[in-house]
Amino acid sequence: MPEGSPLQTLLEQQQARLLDDWMREQLASPNLRRDLIGDHELRQQSAEFLGALRDAMASGSHSVDGPAWQPVRDLLGSFSRTRALQGFRPSDTARFVFSLKQPLFTLLRETVPAERLGEETWEVSTVLDQLGLFTTEVFQKSREEVIARQQQELMELSTPVVKIWEGIVAVPLIGTLDSARTQVVMENLLSRIVENGASVAIIDITGVPTVDTLVAQHLIKTVAAARLMGAECIISGIRPQIAQTIVHLGVVLENVTTKASLADAIMVALRSTGYTVARLSAVRS
Amino acid sequence: MQIRKGDQRPLRNEEDVVYARQAVRSWAVEMAFSLVDQTKLVTAASELARNTVVYGGGGVLHLEQLEDGARRGLRLVFDDQGPGIADIERALQDGYTSGGGLGLGLGGARRLVNDFQIESAPGQGTRITVVKWK
Amino acid sequence: MERIPILKMGRFLLVTIQVDMHDRLALQLQDDLTERIVKDSARGVLIDISSLEIVDSFIGRVLGNIAAMSRVLDAETVVTGMQPAVAITLVELGLSLPGVRTALNVERGMELLQVSLDRESLSTVEHDADPQG
Repeated sequence: MPEGSPLQTLLEQQQARLLDDWMREQLASPNLRRDLIGDHELRQQSAEFLGALRDAMASGSHSVDGPAWQPVRDLLGSFSRTRALQGFRPSDTARFVFSLKQPLFTLLRETVPAERLGEETWEVSTVLDQLGLFTTEVFQKSREEVIARQQQELMELSTPVVKIWEGIVAVPLIGTLDSARTQVVMENLLSRIVENGASVAIIDITGVPTVDTLVAQHLIKTVAAARLMGAECIISGIRPQIAQTIVHLGVVLENVTTKASLADAIMVALRSTGYTVARLSAVRS
Repeated sequence: MQIRKGDQRPLRNEEDVVYARQAVRSWAVEMAFSLVDQTKLVTAASELARNTVVYGGGGVLHLEQLEDGARRGLRLVFDDQGPGIADIERALQDGYTSGGGLGLGLGGARRLVNDFQIESAPGQGTRITVVKWK
Repeated sequence: MERIPILKMGRFLLVTIQVDMHDRLALQLQDDLTERIVKDSARGVLIDISSLEIVDSFIGRVLGNIAAMSRVLDAETVVTGMQPAVAITLVELGLSLPGVRTALNVERGMELLQVSLDRESLSTVEHDADPQG
């Protein structure tokens, strides 16, 4: 069996002292975000990392990308991801890993003979550098995932489908529509039609400044799809400029009911579903 | 561009058309296409697989998972050794009228995918290649 | 040989398509429905496709044919429960299912059929009431 490297021996035999030294090092640093992570939690994470590092070193492999180091990567990955969500900077998790160097070098100096010290120090440095870089990659990816998810949520939130009455839903579109957003909204509308058992859907575009051919086509396709499913659509709030654009672009709104205002559209929808709005007669007291 | 995974299915009869649909569905699900995109893919596959069986005298469906840089796609190739299409332009134009007719449905299928290619000539069989990117 | 079951509900026939149909099965359904409309003197046909994840041009044509043949036999057809993804794909394909009425679900579909029948019997009464004959 190959002799364990000094680093490995150190990790196995002096873990408690190493942990203390490392904690002291981290707590002394001006960069530590004590507002975002408590000392107790930091100690726990440090201990976990040392344990995982020890196990990985025991495999004999120093290749940080290899399967033996998967648990270490997973652990650092989860630290990095949580920190990304908690508001740490990208460098903070990397700093967590790099701050281990000083205490490790100190211990190595005590245990390793002088002629081998250089080599051992280099090995430790390389491993920790790679792990540090790995954490920044994970951090980056987490941030990108958060942004993607927020974009999706923003698209859905900005166009809620509301139930106006039994069998009538409406989606008030607001802001500039692009092809992707319109598609999301329209698919959302069709699902809501099914969920609500709506036979009429009002698409109000009062809040939309301009419409291009693609968006107009999406609207028309949505109306056609809703009709195939058994629901009728009314488009309301078409501003004069949009009316002009539609005609100018040669888009044909055949068989699509349009109403100038949302209020008119609601009246039409109510009537077609068998309702009417009547004023209560005045009550004399 | 890489091919990450490939498979093929025979298209001999109408049962094979159903199996082809199911295969395309399962690949599309595995590649995490959106529900609408899955439906478009499977519908296009159904049209083209049926054409292969009915007009092409039977053939083969090749499925391939593509990777082109950051994007991934599903490629379907419908291959037959049948009579071939004489007038490809017209075949692409055939719409679906209520009268039915010999509409090969190629124009419609083309709208459901991103890339669409036909290679065909009388007496030389037909190969239709479609790709949908995620 | 497998067939899609057809249920009788009063004067209507109800078909629920739950399997991925191969072409022959669809054509068999077409034949079976036509026979049953006559046999049961049905005035309406409800075809529920809420479990169908795919409607291609062949199935579209079959649905259209069923609607047309039913009409000849004095019955109305309503297709119910089309899934949004299917509707979006049909629009993209350019299939509009002419002559096929649709409703969101079976309940709505039956209301539709009932309204049609009521309207029809109402006009018959008016006609009879006309003194000019």
